[in-house]
Amino acid sequence: MVVFLIRRLLHGLLVLWLITVAVFALFFIAPSNVAQSLAGRQATPETIALIKHRLGLDQPVWKQYLHFVWNALHGNLGYDYYHQVPVTAIIGQALPITVSLALGAAILWLLLGVFNGVISAVHPRSLADRGLTLFSLFFYSFPSFLLGLLFLYFVYFKLTLAGFNWFPAGGYSPLAQGIGGWFDHLTLPWLTLALLLAATYTRLTRGAMLDVLGEDYIRTARSKGLRESRVIVRHGLRSALTPVVTQFGIDLGQLVGGVVVTETVFSLPGLGQTAVTAINQQDLPVIIGIVLFASAAVVVANLLVDIMYAVLDPRVRLH
Amino acid sequence: MTAIMEVVEAPQIQGRSPFTLAMRRLRRDKVAMVSLAVIALIVLMAVFAPVFAHLTGHPPNEQYRDTGLTPDGLPRGPDGTFWLGTDDLGRDVLVRIAYGARVSLLVGVAATAITVAVGIVLGLAAGFLGGIVDTVLARLIDVVLSVPFLLVAIALVSVTGPSLTITVLVIGFFSWASVARIVRGQVLSLREREFVEAARSLGAGDTRIMFVDILPNVLAPVIVYTTLLVPVVIVTQATLSFLGLGLPPPTADWGGMINEAQAYYTTAWWFILFPGLALLITTLAFNLFGDGVRDAFDPRADRS
Amino acid sequence: MTPLLRIEDVHKEFPTQRREVVHAVDGVSLEVRRGETLGLVGETGCGKSTLARCIARLYDVTSGSVWFDGHDITSSSRRELRALRRSVQVIFQDPYGSLNPRRRVGSIIGDPFAIHGIAAGPERKKKVQELMELVGLNPEHYNRFPAEFSGGQRQRIGVARALALRPKLVICDEPVSALDVSIQAQIINLLADLQHEFDLTYVFISHDLSVVRHVSDRIAVMYLGKIVEVAPTEELFGQTRHPYTRALLSALPVADPDTADSREQIILAGDIPSAVGPPTGCRFHTRCPKAGAVCGSSEPPLEPVLDDGPEHRTACFFPLTIGENLSAAVLKAS
Repeated sequence: MVVFLIRRLLHGLLVLWLITVAVFALFFIAPSNVAQSLAGRQATPETIALIKHRLGLDQPVWKQYLHFVWNALHGNLGYDYYHQVPVTAIIGQALPITVSLALGAAILWLLLGVFNGVISAVHPRSLADRGLTLFSLFFYSFPSFLLGLLFLYFVYFKLTLAGFNWFPAGGYSPLAQGIGGWFDHLTLPWLTLALLLAATYTRLTRGAMLDVLGEDYIRTARSKGLRESRVIVRHGLRSALTPVVTQFGIDLGQLVGGVVVTETVFSLPGLGQTAVTAINQQDLPVIIGIVLFASAAVVVANLLVDIMYAVLDPRVRLH
Repeated sequence: MTAIMEVVEAPQIQGRSPFTLAMRRLRRDKVAMVSLAVIALIVLMAVFAPVFAHLTGHPPNEQYRDTGLTPDGLPRGPDGTFWLGTDDLGRDVLVRIAYGARVSLLVGVAATAITVAVGIVLGLAAGFLGGIVDTVLARLIDVVLSVPFLLVAIALVSVTGPSLTITVLVIGFFSWASVARIVRGQVLSLREREFVEAARSLGAGDTRIMFVDILPNVLAPVIVYTTLLVPVVIVTQATLSFLGLGLPPPTADWGGMINEAQAYYTTAWWFILFPGLALLITTLAFNLFGDGVRDAFDPRADRS
Repeated sequence: MTPLLRIEDVHKEFPTQRREVVHAVDGVSLEVRRGETLGLVGETGCGKSTLARCIARLYDVTSGSVWFDGHDITSSSRRELRALRRSVQVIFQDPYGSLNPRRRVGSIIGDPFAIHGIAAGPERKKKVQELMELVGLNPEHYNRFPAEFSGGQRQRIGVARALALRPKLVICDEPVSALDVSIQAQIINLLADLQHEFDLTYVFISHDLSVVRHVSDRIAVMYLGKIVEVAPTEELFGQTRHPYTRALLSALPVADPDTADSREQIILAGDIPSAVGPPTGCRFHTRCPKAGAVCGSSEPPLEPVLDDGPEHRTACFFPLTIGENLSAAVLKAS
């Protein structure tokens, strides 16, 4: 078990390292003219050279890379080009917003997906099953920005016009300034993400439940005279949840990168929006920092899923 | 009549392949068939986009600043001349939607084709050849799957500058890994099967075994995945466009139209609604069809 | 005349995941003569299928040499092997697993022609349909899939594929073990007819002695990667020398109930030992009723014993004499 853990950990580190190389290489393929845009249009070549020197851009790429890795190992992801703020601080500032968004949405879509999946599986091919399948596919087909804009139009704009000033147009209100504002600002983004992602879970839960409900031990439980609801929740759902948990681990990691659109539409200054801004300004350290951070989240999530599997199923460890 | 009889020398007994059977199941699936019809309509709209321009008399990029905008300079709502209204520059929304379908479908098909081709070849190579090839490819798959796709895609496009080719390549580059992983997993179990050894004993080389003997056996999950990948690709392209990284203006594409319409959602609902509907109907049709394909290829998943 | 196939001291080892080594084939020497059927019997896991794959050069041997038709093919190049494939063919055990489920029967049987670039288009189709007829299949079923055939019919497909290139040597790896008994006879008769018609040489592998007895001219008995006894069929049955062979024979059903009652039943103690760390000396001594001290320390050579001719070789220090009762030996040993 310990050997497996160490191997998995090393594997994760290797993946992370490859990502740093890839991301770093990516941004040096096309020469950036950061120094030019920082210096302004009338800048003399000397000024530009000076700026380049100050940012370390005049050094060979491999030196910049080594420098970057060395610092990263010491918890320093560099400073942004424009205001010399530490990238870790920028991430630290944006992270709570993204985490609030991701976790809230996750709770919603899990509830929605598992609940719908169970209903579908208990009455397969029924009207409810077909309706729920269509419902989840409908939202699954939505581009996230479209769903977000529709929410803004109908739930914010139309309601506000009609005199119900329930939801803000966008922006973020920290939890520290009161749970009410925090909740109001995040409700629509949560709904957007949750409706999009619930479909996967409805399908997973439905499939797993159908498999489990066909098993002998479920029949045994029924023949013992247990109430149907108890059979489904206690005996069925418990073993059907394994694939759901796996998918959840993967999605939660990927979400850090996937909240980009939702944050943009609802003007939430989370990691996604910060990254988009940085990309538009070619603010290299911030981009690399966020991409690396998000990748690390995926790697860690996958690691946790694997470890959980290994704990549940000893056969996994052999491979 | 006699001519036909002469042609038929001996009765040919045509075996029913798993593929034929799946197609038969698919044809009986009403939802899937309706979706397919909708997809066909969208394809027709894309192909005959110039006909829309001709019928309305409005080329896609022509700005009608006098007739197409209100005196305040706002987009005009649907009427007799502009059936689905105009956009912020006085262009015909209907014609632009028809032209936008070309972009969505082209990217959807091209990027999916690249993804599937690369994914199959690398997945086959990793699974079948094993050894160092597998080790390297498996790590590569892990890396690509761990990268926050949309974030890096935006970054890439912003560095290279937006274009159709770049969009297709970026989407293809980040999507092949899932296909490769599916194929690799299947191949790992298939290559131990006796028919592979049988092929080898007949003198078949690695390439032939991979493509003639193993490939047909991994096709079913790949087909299912492919049909479900098309809408994902279309949404991704629209998302890039929405974030301002689509096609350079004035080319019409749905994501870009929605991006432009964002600022007018309170004043010109048609400007955002119709491109949005076009996009939604397209992805929904592909998803419903893909769902049908999945059920057709794996009837077990739908049993009750 | 040189034998069609000769193998000398062939070893085949596989590494395991735990960095151990499985000695699947451990020093086997054999020859197969033109036109004969050599039976190869042994329990599951004794290495007979591995040996077959070494002979067909599907595996590289770890050491030793393989000679086919007077040529050393032990380390043939890929190109030479391709040519060899035309002369040596394999019929596999599992008629379900050995046919690609996603390909039509016509193209499966046509594979040999396609791979060696012999015939294409209508000519290939004609040849394939001739082959189908030859093995007793309906040529009209050319476009069907393997799943649409019964087990016996599928094995006929396997036979047709193996015979497509008119090979000299056909290795039958348990070709009937997966079939119903009634179907087994049909396939065995088909193989016999084809051997007659095309002058084929067979290596016939089975764990079922009664099948092997029916088809073979000579029989080699394998135990844990080694040949323990090889003899012409009737001699092996009539003058059994190796206690292991006797044990295998005793498990055969007998038609006459009187004989069956009086016949000794030898039930071997324990399981077949692991090929990872095989027993020293004679591999069989851990389960042998006649084993003496010498059996655990040195290996008996495979050679004629007692008054046997050169055709009958046995690897045993204490070979059975004719009429010797092995049960008595059990008593003596205990």
